Amino acid sequence: MKGIEAFRKLAPLMKNEPTVLANGFISREFFNVTDRKENFYMIGSMGLASSIGLGVALAQSDRKTLILDGDGNVLMSMGTLAMIASCAPKNLMHIVIDNEVYESTGSQRTLSHEIRLEEVALSAGYKQVMRVTRPEEVQPAYEKLYQAEGPVFLLIKVEPGFDSSQGRVTHTPEEIRDRFMESITG
Amino acid sequence: MLSSKSFVDKLRENGFDFFTGVPCSLLSGLIAELEADREIGYIPSVREDAGVGLCAGAYMGGRQPVLLMQNSGFGYSLNAFTSLNLIYKIPVLVIMSWRGCGGKDAPEHIIMGDINEQLLETSGMEHSVLEENNLQQVLDAALKKIRNEKVPYTLLVKKGMFDERH
Repeated sequence: MKGIEAFRKLAPLMKNEPTVLANGFISREFFNVTDRKENFYMIGSMGLASSIGLGVALAQSDRKTLILDGDGNVLMSMGTLAMIASCAPKNLMHIVIDNEVYESTGSQRTLSHEIRLEEVALSAGYKQVMRVTRPEEVQPAYEKLYQAEGPVFLLIKVEPGFDSSQGRVTHTPEEIRDRFMESITG
Repeated sequence: MLSSKSFVDKLRENGFDFFTGVPCSLLSGLIAELEADREIGYIPSVREDAGVGLCAGAYMGGRQPVLLMQNSGFGYSLNAFTSLNLIYKIPVLVIMSWRGCGGKDAPEHIIMGDINEQLLETSGMEHSVLEENNLQQVLDAALKKIRNEKVPYTLLVKKGMFDERH
């Protein structure tokens, strides 16, 4: 399964949950599959999708909050997994699209071929973690973890295959912030 | 010297309701005060940039965040400020200890102590140096920046401003 297939499986399952998307191909590709006002496209600040998502989840503790992260981002901020486990927001679901490379910068390898990130999350103290590798597993895993008490972690293994001719996110950063905040508080 | 408790009370009176940080001995009294009140829910951040991200998320979720850090952490969080807060316009009040101020400190603090203010200015991050008699004034300046321009504002804290608890 390629990343875009994972996004096509995930997008119809998502309702109005605030969703923080990691920089690079994750934001770009998901934007091209489904743009929604609840998407916070993080265009810079690599590594911080998880901490931003944690902040949203803590501030909006009654709303399910999603983080759509990448393996490079998780590896860069592994300590944030400990913060998430320690704060233990019940409403937080951390989804990681793991293609084992920094695809947006030319597919240099990350370390997630050897390091099982869902096991790191479990060791840190996430309540439940799952790892899926086939497209048909995405929906049942998402639905199971969605019902579970968070923080939960869903790792989706994908093959590299980002189409870099696809456009970047067209909204300005301030527009992204405004619609995201409006979707939460408006 | 300012009392840590009165400073925390003042922040809360001014609407700040989300607190996280990475410690510095100069801020130890403040953090002890924040940790003592469970209602405040102080969150230890593992790195300063993670604290920046956490505060950004909390802000967008409707809170008014405060981030405490040593100035060494400004180096770690510079990219977070420039490629998150300053372009999306996401404010945060930063309480930053000024280690190496005046060139008198351990070697690791001297360079950042020297360039601290210039680095903030170059980065487009407005700041004030907290003094014993300017608390309301600098908070007003910070709130104005945070509410109107929606960008971070930093209060620099020199040694001896707050009690230290070791």
